[in-house]
Amino acid sequence: MGNRYDADVSRRGVLLGAVASVALTTGAHGGQALSTGGDGAAATSSGPVPVMTPVTSPVKGKVSFTVNGKAETLEVDTRTTLLDALREHLRLTGTKKGCDHGQCGACTVIVDGRRINSCLTLAVMHEGGSVTTVEGLGTPARLHPMQAAFVKHDGYQCGYCTPGQICSAVAVLEEIKAGIPSHVTGDLTAAPQMSATEMRERMSGNLCRCGAYSNILDAMAEVAGLQTAGGPA
Amino acid sequence: MPDKTPIDIPAASRRIDGAVHDSRRHESAHKHVSGEALYVDDIAEPAGLLHVQLGLASRAHARIRSMDLEAVRRAPGVVAVVTAADIPGDNDIGAGLRHDEPLFAEDVVQYHGHPLFAVAAETRDQARRAAQLAKVDYEDLPAVLDIAAARVTGTLVTAPMTLRLGDAEAALKAAPRTLSGRIKIGGQEHFYLESQIAMAIPGEDEDVLVHVSTQHPSEVQHIVAHVLDIPDGAVTVEVRRMGGGFGGKETQANLFAACVALVAKKTGRAAKLRPDRDDDIRITGKRHDFEVDYQVGFDDQGRILAADMLFAARCGFAADLSGPVTDRALFHADNCYFYGNARMASLPLKTNTVSNTAFRGFGGPQGMVAAERVVEEVAFATGLDPLDVRKVNFYGTTDRNVTPYHQTVEDNIIGPLVDELEEWSDYRARRQAIRAFNAANPYLKKGLALTPVKFGISFTFTPYNQGGALIHIYTDGSIHLNHGGTEMGQGLNTKVAQVVADEFQVDIGRIRITATTTGKVPNTSATAASSGSDINGKAAQNAARTLKARLVEFAAGHWNVPEDAVAFTAEGVRVGEQVLTFKEVVKAAYMGRISLSATGYYKTPKIHWDRAKGQGRPFLYYAYGAAVAEVTVDTLTGEYVVDQVDILHDCGDSLNPALDKGQVEGGFIQGMGWLTTEELWWDAQGRLRTHAPSTYKIPACGDRPRRFNVRLVQNSPNVEDTIHRSKAVGEPPLMLGISVLHALSDAVASVADHRICPRLDAPATPERVLTTIERLRAQAATGEGMA
Repeated sequence: MGNRYDADVSRRGVLLGAVASVALTTGAHGGQALSTGGDGAAATSSGPVPVMTPVTSPVKGKVSFTVNGKAETLEVDTRTTLLDALREHLRLTGTKKGCDHGQCGACTVIVDGRRINSCLTLAVMHEGGSVTTVEGLGTPARLHPMQAAFVKHDGYQCGYCTPGQICSAVAVLEEIKAGIPSHVTGDLTAAPQMSATEMRERMSGNLCRCGAYSNILDAMAEVAGLQTAGGPA
Repeated sequence: MPDKTPIDIPAASRRIDGAVHDSRRHESAHKHVSGEALYVDDIAEPAGLLHVQLGLASRAHARIRSMDLEAVRRAPGVVAVVTAADIPGDNDIGAGLRHDEPLFAEDVVQYHGHPLFAVAAETRDQARRAAQLAKVDYEDLPAVLDIAAARVTGTLVTAPMTLRLGDAEAALKAAPRTLSGRIKIGGQEHFYLESQIAMAIPGEDEDVLVHVSTQHPSEVQHIVAHVLDIPDGAVTVEVRRMGGGFGGKETQANLFAACVALVAKKTGRAAKLRPDRDDDIRITGKRHDFEVDYQVGFDDQGRILAADMLFAARCGFAADLSGPVTDRALFHADNCYFYGNARMASLPLKTNTVSNTAFRGFGGPQGMVAAERVVEEVAFATGLDPLDVRKVNFYGTTDRNVTPYHQTVEDNIIGPLVDELEEWSDYRARRQAIRAFNAANPYLKKGLALTPVKFGISFTFTPYNQGGALIHIYTDGSIHLNHGGTEMGQGLNTKVAQVVADEFQVDIGRIRITATTTGKVPNTSATAASSGSDINGKAAQNAARTLKARLVEFAAGHWNVPEDAVAFTAEGVRVGEQVLTFKEVVKAAYMGRISLSATGYYKTPKIHWDRAKGQGRPFLYYAYGAAVAEVTVDTLTGEYVVDQVDILHDCGDSLNPALDKGQVEGGFIQGMGWLTTEELWWDAQGRLRTHAPSTYKIPACGDRPRRFNVRLVQNSPNVEDTIHRSKAVGEPPLMLGISVLHALSDAVASVADHRICPRLDAPATPERVLTTIERLRAQAATGEGMA
């Protein structure tokens, strides 16, 4: 447990450092103009327009990482999210943009073995990293066991949240196996149980508006070797 | 001549793959799970594609004194800026004929977020930045933001409706007991995971192709044509699939499609508009919020003798579908109950908020929530178990079966359905156990409720009850199927393919359904009102039967057997003494110059509706269901958990039980979300402040009931001649979520010893649950409102 904890902290440290350095770079070039939509930046105004320096020459950065086992090198605007890099630069459109704010989980991918909202992380932060998207898990002809279980249990309806659900589901089972506790883990000193309660909690960052949660849990339960996730925890 | 096959294959030795009534997986299953399913944003972008961003108003109601877009035009990467002045045709994207919903606001802004212009740039980022550079000078006008304010101004967006059965006024006067009250019912954001999106590709002459996420391709076609002032025939609208619709893409896609088509025709370049999630939520319509005033007359046995209800709805700035939505609220204000005497009236109020629209259930859920409140009030007033009050008021099967709109309920199964659920869920024993639990626990209180559903199936706008289909058979025996419905995850394409597979007795894998397009099946109805498989399934069946008849006639002549000696079986096509493959027959028919392409058409029989009189038969049949919900409420915080839900739902003879069960579960979850955690909140300036999943909470995986048992009613085919005697399933299950509201109410009522009706309004957020608990405690202390 101690080793895992340390590893997590150091990883977080790296992430925070990366965010800070990117923020500095962006700030110097008028980062505030990034804001759009929502309330903060109503498209129009009756008063004086707030001073915004248009970004005329975005800073480009090079990033090399492995995506679905294939080495990729991209030269992107440093503000490009991992999600946009995947969808727009690598044409891996399986990963979906649901809210673009890290709140719906549709863009979940697996980076270095951990699930991550790809809309909340910049591509350049993942130099040397290993990214797995839904396309990398399996293909229609050769499905990953989790993908096959989703098919068997109808773990989707419209399919839009599905790539994120599947990436999350695969990583969740690994998290539990690795002993990483969740909000519902009763005993933090014991290994978390591979249970419906744990899965429900850990999957709650992946919204499904069609409400296919029962079937998603059943698919996960099958892969995890449980009887069913539908009944009592 | 094809090879002869021995005929000693035993009949029915084999069953086709994907027959009707089979739990066949969704036709896109493998694509959904592998990321290969293409949504509009995933289509390879054409060279030169422009990205479009809308410029939105920052006032709820204001006159536009001036709009300076020079800085927008000069911004880097900008190729075009379009406003109302650039529209060659009609600046109107409204669903009706009221001309009240402009594509771009011209002189007056009608809601906060009203689109004023669109900017098209080389990149999405450039378009987003440019849109912020507009300078608009507003003169504020008084803004009417909610139902209370709208009642004062009294402006309606569309004509109201009144239903009358018997003499409600006289019956209320004569009733042994009466009571009255008001329930507030919140709206709901669709939150389809795939936001609105449209991409237009300009063609030759006036032609334009629009890829758009819409439930109603034909209407998008009409809107694009009249905005551009070109014939409908010049516009092709294509939809492969949506990432969720829920009614939010019945009319709301019009804006985005018209906007990109305008940009595409103006610039000669392809154009795509995908609003950010926040913008999507701010500028698209939602489920109507209602305030319902009710007066009910009843006796000591809990029997309702008269009901008088007024449904005031916040419709927003334009009519959109508010007329039929508020009508449907009235059509469901009886739910499963015979009122005897009734007066139901609608008040579709105009407000300076986004124009509310279709949302799964289409007003029906609000009507039903009001009906269930009325029953609950009667239960508290009489001291009876709410379930017993429900049962005593159920429609009869031979008498007491006329609705407030004068349709006779002919297919009533709610009585036996509820009896079965009551027994299966162990309702009575659990009710006792819960009372015991509550007596033993000072802070945690449990609640239990069983609520029924009866939902009318058919568009109340009778002309929409028609469907079309197109089937091509190719000489290799493969079948290409199109129909007028759209796929949004509900599995419509799968069900329609099952119907066609069943007709030809071929494996479903032989049938290919491609994108819905106005170029293949014209003049379609919205995929809405739960009608998708009812009308398109029948239309496809008719097309298949046309082709079968041609093939039978041909085969009989060609192989010289009587027509009744030709049959499509799972083993192949039986022609007299031989069994041929489907491919062999098709190939021979082609050589014999038989047309292998046919259209199919269907219109729903029996229905008629006279809105002015408030009488007719708007529905072909009803779908039924019931749910039992059990919750635990923390009375110190108002937080709660849904412990268990048991559902029994009627899909007739289900076309596909697996898909239907998914609809039932998902519909329930969505209905539960609407009535519990999903709260829309506008500030005093008319700004929607819950415009992202951070603040607008739809149910997550952890909100699913801890124990969730769902069954479909068995051996209960539709009494009407629907497609293979199935029933529509899209909307009805949403209303099973009402059970959670009533279970919460039951738990809340325990703090006042079940003697005061909690009048818990929706959404029953933890905050509202807590304030209701505090109000009840205060009332109990003074004896106010005690039965």
